[in-house]
Amino acid sequence: MSAAAEPALLTIQGLDHHFGGVHAVAQVDLEFRGGEICALLGENGAGKSTLMKAVAGALRPDRGEVRLDGTPLRLGDPGAIRARGVNLIYQELNLVGPLSADENIALGREARRGPFVDRTRQRKRAAVLLRQLHARTDLDRPVDELPVAEQQLVEIARALAGESRVLIMDEPTSALSDREAGRLFAVVRQLAAQGVAVVFITHRLDEVAELADRIVVMRDGAVVVDGPQTEFTHADLIQAMVGRPLDRQFPERQRNVGEVVLRVEGLSSPPRVHDVGFELHSGEILALTGLVGAGRTDVGRMLFGIDPHTAGTICLDGELVAFGHPSEASRAGLGWISEDRKGEALVLGMSVLANLTLPHLRCYGRAAGWIDREAELDDAGRQIEQLRIRTTGPEQQVSELSGGNQQKVAFARWLVRDCRVLICDEPTRGIDVGGRYEIYELLERLARRGVAVLMISSDLPEVLGLADRIVVMHEGSVTGESAASDATQERLLELAMGHVT
Amino acid sequence: MKCAPQLFLGAWRRWGLVGAFLLFCAFLAVATPSGTFLSGRNAVFVLLQISVNTVLAAGMTMVILSKGIDLSVGSVVALSGVVGADLVAQGMPVPVAAAVALGVGALVGLINGMSIVFLRVAPFIATLATMTAARGMAYLYTDGISIGNLPGAFTFWGNGRIGPLPVPVFVAAVVVVLTALVLGRTIFGRRLYALGGNEEAARLAGVRVGGMKLTVYTVMGALAGLGGLLLAARLGAGDPKAGQLFELTAIAAVVVGGTSLTGGRGGVWGTVLGALIIGVLDNGLVLMDVSAFWQMVVKGLVILGAVALDRGRS
Repeated sequence: MSAAAEPALLTIQGLDHHFGGVHAVAQVDLEFRGGEICALLGENGAGKSTLMKAVAGALRPDRGEVRLDGTPLRLGDPGAIRARGVNLIYQELNLVGPLSADENIALGREARRGPFVDRTRQRKRAAVLLRQLHARTDLDRPVDELPVAEQQLVEIARALAGESRVLIMDEPTSALSDREAGRLFAVVRQLAAQGVAVVFITHRLDEVAELADRIVVMRDGAVVVDGPQTEFTHADLIQAMVGRPLDRQFPERQRNVGEVVLRVEGLSSPPRVHDVGFELHSGEILALTGLVGAGRTDVGRMLFGIDPHTAGTICLDGELVAFGHPSEASRAGLGWISEDRKGEALVLGMSVLANLTLPHLRCYGRAAGWIDREAELDDAGRQIEQLRIRTTGPEQQVSELSGGNQQKVAFARWLVRDCRVLICDEPTRGIDVGGRYEIYELLERLARRGVAVLMISSDLPEVLGLADRIVVMHEGSVTGESAASDATQERLLELAMGHVT
Repeated sequence: MKCAPQLFLGAWRRWGLVGAFLLFCAFLAVATPSGTFLSGRNAVFVLLQISVNTVLAAGMTMVILSKGIDLSVGSVVALSGVVGADLVAQGMPVPVAAAVALGVGALVGLINGMSIVFLRVAPFIATLATMTAARGMAYLYTDGISIGNLPGAFTFWGNGRIGPLPVPVFVAAVVVVLTALVLGRTIFGRRLYALGGNEEAARLAGVRVGGMKLTVYTVMGALAGLGGLLLAARLGAGDPKAGQLFELTAIAAVVVGGTSLTGGRGGVWGTVLGALIIGVLDNGLVLMDVSAFWQMVVKGLVILGAVALDRGRS
């Protein structure tokens, strides 16, 4: 191809970085060309994010050099690097919550008129950028009131606002629906056509096939695969990432679907949810899917007593229930795993043990609210072992675990005591291939044990690979329900987009 | 991921403050006229001086762990002090009067908690309001004058001794030990750390966040009431002007002791150390004959330095 003949736009030479005793990036040499879209793959902790942060100046590597057009970048100086047109979109959102979208986009390069901000021009510029991404963002609202997906789009718009020569995106689609991701891809292709070098870090292999020209896989800090996208199958890539062949993506289904445990009828809370109903059986995995903003999470939150509903009934074991607070739901045997692991599920500053037993402290209470430490340690130890949570011990702080292991802690918490209905929202968001399989195995094991699992997910392969039945929502209403065996990805997408036939 | 530096900083956080405190004591031992600082009598005196602040700071530790703040404690010290003093002066038995005074403190705390939980007022503002109002009520209650002539059964709690130690030191020790047990060993304590560390996660895990906050501020109020009683007993008078800026000294002890103002991290033993550092500093500067104006400047710098050292970990 002609791109290969061109000189490299960005050259990484001998880049090396340690975190304490961990060799995060080991002597990496890479070249990126203008107009090329490169997918950077690897498990969590493989060093992808560290490498890209070093390129963008967010951290100063121990050794190594990065050149743009042959001239070295001032590593460790994000401002200078951004000024040369190297932009990184971070995995975590870096928006200033109380400011509006246009103010965030313009932050650091405000449109000026004398000493004043030219808000009108700034808003126009932001509106153009957001329109490119098909985001209908309300510029009068502070960004922290926007849905997460929209915040992600604002973040992307911000990176596109400056002159971009190299655009690096760290899991840009993890909070986006397929449709939104599609729009982002269109913009990315357009940028590449204009000669921008694009690097994107992702865990979604279908995205790689759709978007990338070239694939780089990292493992343990080093580049293990580098070549044109067309040369690799999914299996090759997974094997390269985990360092061993992975036979299956999903565990085998062996379930005994039993009685109805949870019956939901006419559940409503306008304007987000209208007349939602379904039945959930014991030993079953029911997937609730749809696009971002379809109201799936709202349904889960209402079931668990986090948000109120204005109409409809929820029956647990045939008895009408109305949970006014999560504590009531949890005592009735429900469990809830939020999609926002760090914000809503775990207390990162506390130990693995304290996070595991938090919803059930009452069970460990003795006289005067004294905690029975022995019993707590026993239970925590058992969960750590059964779920193979990689930790130095129950007293390790949760913030020090990898994303996959943090998610296991969020799951394990509901397994400490018998849980009858487990509601999990995007259970594999931000989790790498190896970690995903373990979460899937866990869900399978729970279902076999007779737990009724309600899995909220927008990852269609996951929905099809794991669920027994699938309920699809669109703009707050159920648009279809089917057995997983009868469903196809295309059909689900149609229902999710509201094409009811 | 985090190896040597993390370990070192962990050790620093645990023992660095103790080491700094001991070094500081060694310095004062040399810098003060011989025999004045390093003596049993002076040590007991320092403990007596910090006992009221320690009681307040123990409560403040819980408040700050919950990611809150309570500015009203100084005013509650005055209000509970005058109420308790007035009741015993009128002949009410000391335990009954004390219970009423504690109740007054708890009530102010409950009001703080209710404005924070039900009216969703920020803790800083809610307690700023009661700081002003409770001070005013203390003046109203006494018409602005202090209430003296208190019986020995009451002043014993401020000036009496059990063995070699003054009674307020015992009271403070009991409060600290109980706080440490509640924080470290009980369900309430665990939930408090969770609430301060991530309120939303705690709520979704079934913690009744509102009830927790009500309890924390009510306990803080009662402890401020206890501080007020101890102070009135020691001064032999209920003074509506008492306790000014006590809230800030208590907050300083908590923060110097390593408890994070962002909630969920820290503990009461650090607070005790913080109160000790501030107490020894006050004492040492007096013994070194430093002017009162310079004392304030030095104290401010030491607080800043201690906290900066602690934050040096990130």
